[in-house]
Amino acid sequence: MAFRLRRLRENGSLLALPTVAWLVVFFVLPLAVVLVFSFMSRGRGGVAILPFTIEHYERTFGVFFIILRRSIGLAALTTVICLLLGYPLAFFISTRRRRVLRQIALFLVILPFWTNFLIRTYAWRILLGEEGTINGVLLSLGLIGEPLSLLNTQLAVVIGLIYGFLPFMVLPIYASVERFNFRYVDAAHDLGANDIRTFLRVVLPLTLPGVLAGCALVFIPSVGAFVTPDLLGGAKGLMIGNLINKQFGGSGNMPLGSALSIVMMAVVMLSLLVYIFANRREAGD
Amino acid sequence: MAPAAQSLINQGSMRRNRAVRRLGQVGLWLNPVFAYFFLWAPILILVLFSFNESKSVASFTGFTLKWYNNILNNVMGAERAFSTEIMLNAFRNSLFVGAVATAIATVLGTMIALAMARGRFPGKSLIDSLLFLPVVIPEITQAISLAIFFKVAFDWIAGISGERVFPGFHTIIIAHVTFNISFVAIVVRARLADMDPQLEEAAGDLGANPWRTFWRVTFPLILPGVVSGALLAFTLSLDDFVITFFTSGVGTSTLPVFVYGLLKLTVTPEVNAISTIMMVLSTLLIGISLAMQGRTASRA
Repeated sequence: MAFRLRRLRENGSLLALPTVAWLVVFFVLPLAVVLVFSFMSRGRGGVAILPFTIEHYERTFGVFFIILRRSIGLAALTTVICLLLGYPLAFFISTRRRRVLRQIALFLVILPFWTNFLIRTYAWRILLGEEGTINGVLLSLGLIGEPLSLLNTQLAVVIGLIYGFLPFMVLPIYASVERFNFRYVDAAHDLGANDIRTFLRVVLPLTLPGVLAGCALVFIPSVGAFVTPDLLGGAKGLMIGNLINKQFGGSGNMPLGSALSIVMMAVVMLSLLVYIFANRREAGD
Repeated sequence: MAPAAQSLINQGSMRRNRAVRRLGQVGLWLNPVFAYFFLWAPILILVLFSFNESKSVASFTGFTLKWYNNILNNVMGAERAFSTEIMLNAFRNSLFVGAVATAIATVLGTMIALAMARGRFPGKSLIDSLLFLPVVIPEITQAISLAIFFKVAFDWIAGISGERVFPGFHTIIIAHVTFNISFVAIVVRARLADMDPQLEEAAGDLGANPWRTFWRVTFPLILPGVVSGALLAFTLSLDDFVITFFTSGVGTSTLPVFVYGLLKLTVTPEVNAISTIMMVLSTLLIGISLAMQGRTASRA
């Protein structure tokens, strides 16, 4: 028996080996190469050459700081609006009395999600364009004299990001609300708390894990967004993802692109740490 | 709040409380109306204008199928070189890449899930973060890291052997396997966590060797998880654009990469029609796979 157990243990690590090797070679190693590249100089054709330099980080926090700040700002705005939109929606879904209605309400949030992200984003080009549907309707109603420029703005990027990631906010909050016992609300009222106090002291703390998870799930992909600002943002809505993409084109600069990626990853890791810390404190209470 | 203070609540604050509640009730009804409208309007409008008689997306002038007809007959707006053949080829590429990447990722993901659940070896928390990172890292970072890595690796190979390797299916497949492993592992581990490890011990006590125990006891029990993981991997693979865009070579574009090329250009009715077809297809595909998942899960 002991002999068999020992062999199983050995088998355990042997079983992990191929996958770990794959991830080390094709995930860790490439990231390490990016880190090294980010400290190298730009050669002809945008490739990385020696000597080592920190000029790309200087540019990231210098001329490109405005784009870094914009990316974080737009992602934060997206997260806040998703929360304001998604929190009541999650409550709406989970408070439907009949199970079928709950399932349909949830399904209606998930179903648009099954469409390819590119196409969902493209749909907003139809709506927001100069000759698009929104302008068409507003013009024919006589509400505006000239078409509004909605496409290729930061507004368009935020709308696209909210549209892309709203279900990421709704689903974890929904899971939290499902577990929430509504008798606590009655108890709080019986004890004399008004609605606002009940919400802030009872409902919100108990659904906070879902809120935190939702915020992390929306903020992280929003910061690194590439498709949404590319299709909807134009020059005014340029985000760090587009800037990175540009460094890999014809007149690119791979070391600069690498440095931008490393900084973006640091932002993501930082927000992840905030999430883990907040979650721990929440669980510790 | 003390009971004495409670009795002192004046009329004003009660009226305010009622107003707050009324406002909350209205808000709780308005919010879903707006949210569902927001989620569905863009998709429905896209579908609607794929049937629009005129090229405009500003107003609907009449019903037509001519844009769908144009796609089938390979006629597209004069401003664009589009070919149904290229699109179908891209779709075939997608299926091929998805199938191969899913097969490899499912095997590797299941192996690591088993090792993490049953094995006892040091460095497990390190492997945990190794599995967690590909899920949370921004797509574009993973995409460019692989693009740079392949470039460096191919330069190195060319330096040694003098033969130049170019990106193609192999690079896309490697990339897809890399981001899929974690998702498969997560799904299979969830299934393993629900499983009673005593069943395996019982099989061992009854004289089955570990290999036999795995195939006769463990594998049948985790199969629904493995199938779900594989379906998830296949869906992610078919859907991926960013990572494929950076790792694909000439002639190996997948469907999303091809579609991106179309969408980057101006809005045309044919693109709306293609988008509508893709929407219907992917919804069908996921619907079928979910139905199958439900069946395998209920059978187990």
